[in-house]
Amino acid sequence: MSRLLPSLAAALALTAGAAAGDDSFIVLQSTTSTRNSGLFDRILPMFAEASGIEVRVVAVGTGQAIRNAANGDGDVLLVHARDAEEAFVAEGYGVERFDLMYNDFVILGPSADPAGVAGMADAPAALAAIARAGARFASRGDDSGTHRKERDLWRMAGVDPVASSGAWYLETGSGMGATLNTAAGLDAYVLSDRATWIVFGNRGDLALHVEGDDDLFNQYGVILVDPERFGHVKAAEGQAFIDWLLSDAGQAAIAGHRIAGRQLFFPNAK
Amino acid sequence: MQDLGGAFGEAFRLIGAFDGDLVEIVLLSLRVSLSAVALAALVGLPLGAAVAVARFPGRMASIAAMNAFMGLPPVVAGLAVYLLLSRAGPLGDFGLLYTPEAMVIAQAVLVTPIVAALARQTIEDLHGDYDEQLRALGIGRTGAVATLLWEARLSLVTVLLAGFGRAIAEVGAVIIVGGNINHVTRVMTTAIALETSKGALNLALGLGIVLLAIVLAINALAGLLRHSVAESAHA
Repeated sequence: MSRLLPSLAAALALTAGAAAGDDSFIVLQSTTSTRNSGLFDRILPMFAEASGIEVRVVAVGTGQAIRNAANGDGDVLLVHARDAEEAFVAEGYGVERFDLMYNDFVILGPSADPAGVAGMADAPAALAAIARAGARFASRGDDSGTHRKERDLWRMAGVDPVASSGAWYLETGSGMGATLNTAAGLDAYVLSDRATWIVFGNRGDLALHVEGDDDLFNQYGVILVDPERFGHVKAAEGQAFIDWLLSDAGQAAIAGHRIAGRQLFFPNAK
Repeated sequence: MQDLGGAFGEAFRLIGAFDGDLVEIVLLSLRVSLSAVALAALVGLPLGAAVAVARFPGRMASIAAMNAFMGLPPVVAGLAVYLLLSRAGPLGDFGLLYTPEAMVIAQAVLVTPIVAALARQTIEDLHGDYDEQLRALGIGRTGAVATLLWEARLSLVTVLLAGFGRAIAEVGAVIIVGGNINHVTRVMTTAIALETSKGALNLALGLGIVLLAIVLAINALAGLLRHSVAESAHA
């Protein structure tokens, strides 16, 4: 022990400088789709250069991001579940919600397409067909923005998939990437945001079957956590970030994020 | 093509490139887990030794509890620490959530029972051999704890290594209380989870191989340390 402790101490001293940073930062509660698509890697350095403010991203499902922000564990919330975002503001956790950008959801599935949904333009009808065929469907099952959208679509389809949970309906309770990995492994259908799908590296036999339905619209919003409710919220820095996102410069930065020549998010701030 | 061969290729590429981001992630992993083990040692070793030597009502129950907490799921430890450190929690005013310090606390919670329980067993076994001598020399309980910890130091290195293995390998606790923030709280295991979620399985597995290599190096270092201590003890 007497020799181990000094060597431990030396190791700690060696690495202690690693996380020393300056104080001008905000914590952004956001979703995996925005992070995994590389959007933040592109736009946050631009904002840092313009403002000197570092943005620290915690990327979790929309439901968890909203709960974390409601605990005061973040300065800005950037998610995609409009009703939940408006409730967050109405309940006094957030100052105001702004439309930021959009993309869309797509329905993916095995290339053999056992439910015969390829090319359908009606997303709820496609889900109904999947249910009728009893084909496997991998659901996020985690109260994320994508999961909320999926539940809306099942409701429109008039199907209660949870009744078949464990049979053909598989609730992974995981993030988009983990659920895509599951779908690829089990030849299951799956609802994904387009950005995550475009950058996803383990597609296996999955193919894009359904897209373009208005019901698959995916709106992202941004909200400042209410500094009157949480005194520690960095209101000035957080508001500066939101102002920049909604400005021409921020909107152009979002539009300029391309993977393999494809635009992943479409700015639509008013 | 995603396969094991690709993963090894990726691992060698990562090490060969000596990428700045990777170095940062490795150093943070070591800093967090070594700090957690140091904290766990400060609390767990004396605690384990004291329980080994002392006789008190409820001793068996506290041993059972210590042993049971070795099986504490990391995600539960992470959630408990999150609730403590969240701005809405009792320690929220310190602003520790999403910092490396929060990750150290969560891993210390995980590792302390392991260190305490294994130290208790080690010391108790040793105590049987030394009990009469200690009594004959008139050494009290406190002195006995210190003496036995010293005499058991070689075995206790292995105890600490077991704790370190648990800390460096877990992802459930640090991803909740650290938030996996790039350049701030991203460690090896959360980086692996992230790359897996992107479907970049080769890169994820490559990082895993790098992590294993680092753990192997640490164990080798500890082995050398033990060896040199044992040598000098016999000299």
